Amino acid sequence: MNIVALMKRVPTTDLVAQVSADGKHLDASGVQYMVSFYDEIAVEEAVKTREKLGGEVTVITLGPAGAQKEMRECLAKGADKGITLVDENWADRDALSTAKALKEKVAELGANVVFCGRLATDRDNASVGPMLATLLGWACVTDVVELDLSENGGTAKREADDGIETFSFSLPAVITCQKDLNEPRYAGLKGIMAAKKKPLDETPAPEGSNQVEVVSLELPPARKEGRIVGEGAAAVPALIEALQNEAQVL
Amino acid sequence: MSTILVYVEHKDGAPKRASLEALGAARSVSDNVVAVLFGEGAREAAAGAAGAAKAVVLSGDTLSPDAIAKAVAEVAGENGASAFFASATSSGRDLAPRIAALLDSTLLSDCVAVTVEGDGIVLQRPWLAGKLLANLKSNAQVVCATLRRNVFAASDQAGPGEIVDGPALGEGLAKRTALDAKEGGPMDVSEAPVVVAGGRGMGSAEGFGILEELAAAFGNAAVGASRAVVDAGWRPHSEQVGQTGKTVSPQLYIAAGISGAIQHLAGMKTSKVIVAINKDAEAPIFKVADYGIVGDAFEVVPALTEEVKRIRAL
Ligand SMILES: Cc1cc2nc3c(=O)[nH]c(=O)nc-3n(C[C@H](O)[C@H](O)[C@H](O)COP(=O)(O)OP(=O)(O)OC[C@H]3O[C@@H](n4cnc5c(N)ncnc54)[C@H](O)[C@@H]3O)c2cc1C
Ligand SMILES: Nc1ncnc2c1ncn2[C@@H]1O[C@H](COP(=O)(O)O)[C@@H](O)[C@H]1O
Repeated sequence: MNIVALMKRVPTTDLVAQVSADGKHLDASGVQYMVSFYDEIAVEEAVKTREKLGGEVTVITLGPAGAQKEMRECLAKGADKGITLVDENWADRDALSTAKALKEKVAELGANVVFCGRLATDRDNASVGPMLATLLGWACVTDVVELDLSENGGTAKREADDGIETFSFSLPAVITCQKDLNEPRYAGLKGIMAAKKKPLDETPAPEGSNQVEVVSLELPPARKEGRIVGEGAAAVPALIEALQNEAQVL
Repeated sequence: MSTILVYVEHKDGAPKRASLEALGAARSVSDNVVAVLFGEGAREAAAGAAGAAKAVVLSGDTLSPDAIAKAVAEVAGENGASAFFASATSSGRDLAPRIAALLDSTLLSDCVAVTVEGDGIVLQRPWLAGKLLANLKSNAQVVCATLRRNVFAASDQAGPGEIVDGPALGEGLAKRTALDAKEGGPMDVSEAPVVVAGGRGMGSAEGFGILEELAAAFGNAAVGASRAVVDAGWRPHSEQVGQTGKTVSPQLYIAAGISGAIQHLAGMKTSKVIVAINKDAEAPIFKVADYGIVGDAFEVVPALTEEVKRIRAL
């Protein structure tokens, strides 16, 4: 099985975000990066699939040159090789343009299944997976919490608002991974050592045109200062009073 | 703004509230809103598509999202739509990127404001789980967006003057074979007007019993959880609030035994009123709380439940 996991490098979730001087970008000073949370789950599912069905796992990221820390992390957790589609403008690239660039590589590799995150925790687009599948003319199940895959297809459970939906599909397919799908493994020293010898490829990303123009970025309005109404159970009447008369939510 | 196509979900022969909100948002920037619906009961529900000048009902039925996306994209083309809106429900989030890709347009997800500027629209959406708000213009052929629930006023205008049959739904690639519906059960944390959330401070899965009682006393409340609690297996992931869980904006959010880590705050900071109960007066949750009680949740919560019961019985 030719398996692909998509991975995006995103700011760490503990980032305190600031707007750059031009008012249109995230201030990059002091930003640290990580593998997007759901992409860890995608990589894990890709490796589990190889363990079950055989084959090879390729991790593809569209990102900056030389940013190999995150890719090495995926290789240390069991992926076989990494490909970076280099684009210094990766963070600002819109979802469709990103999906188009990834599509070319996925098609070239002849992948049978692509795992990606349900959303990348920077722009929270939740778009690239289903867009990629649509461009390829493949099946796609989003927000998958349970997967049963075989050589030709499979069934997937999806977390929907009104319950759990089960889908059946044939390969090739794109699966977007939700948290409950699996528990990503730790790399371990052996994995980290092995990752150093695995192939990492860097090629320029295909050019793409962005359809999104940033008019401005702002920080969300600060919450107005609150107050401690008291201590322990004795403070409950004061809280009720505030909720009823001041906040008027009771 | 010219024609906006809106994907309208329905239940029991009427549009869902989330879709009425999407119609309301579309109507606030366009005089020509077209609703698109499909499935059992769609024709009946179409009449309730408030604010739409016209409703298109896809013919036939399918359980395949890719087939639905194709038909909706076709409707967008046929109606010369310059924008496509869907509510950011699980169905909207699933279909919208596919529809956008078919229209060679990108998607702006989970928008919280739509305004007219010149002859275009500006959409505001959170980035980094709400740490930033981005005001964006899309120069896509069709401006595609999903809209966050409980943010836009539902349209209360008249329903469509015209209900027409749209393209037939084809066979798709992935097919839904089952739906394990949540039977009436507790309200979803992302929809409930009141959320009673607990963190590691609740001590154990059993510790959540007092939060369930408080939620029951409110009557319109859902239980939420921090990630620490979900990781410990005390509560399901569907209840997790935060950057890797759900974003909630209830009228009232009560956080008990939650420290207020930045990833948790990202998911609940836009709640109208926040109450924090924590035994550590220095806990960061107090920085975003409107009202705080410093104390043991096991003493404060039951007392609060009694008070809420008393008020609701009045
Ligand atoms: C990539 C990533 C994503 C994440 N996503 C999320 C997310 O989506 N949601 C989320 O919540 N977290 C998320 N986190 C985790 C987050 O950083 C915190 O670890 C987590 O929110 C802490 O949960 P907590 O507040 O329940 O526990 P703790 O931080 O342990 O806090 C427990 C609190 O309970 C108080 N307490 C203890 N006993 C009592 C008592 N009897 N009565 C009253 N108060 C008491 C303590 O004073 C303390 O403040 C994420 C982290 C990472 C790295
Ligand atoms: N630049 C990128 N490189 C590789 N994969 C990406 C990239 N952007 C998005 N993806 C994949 O698509 C998923 C959804 O991203 P998004 O649509 O941006 O929220 C991510 O979790 C990744 O798996």
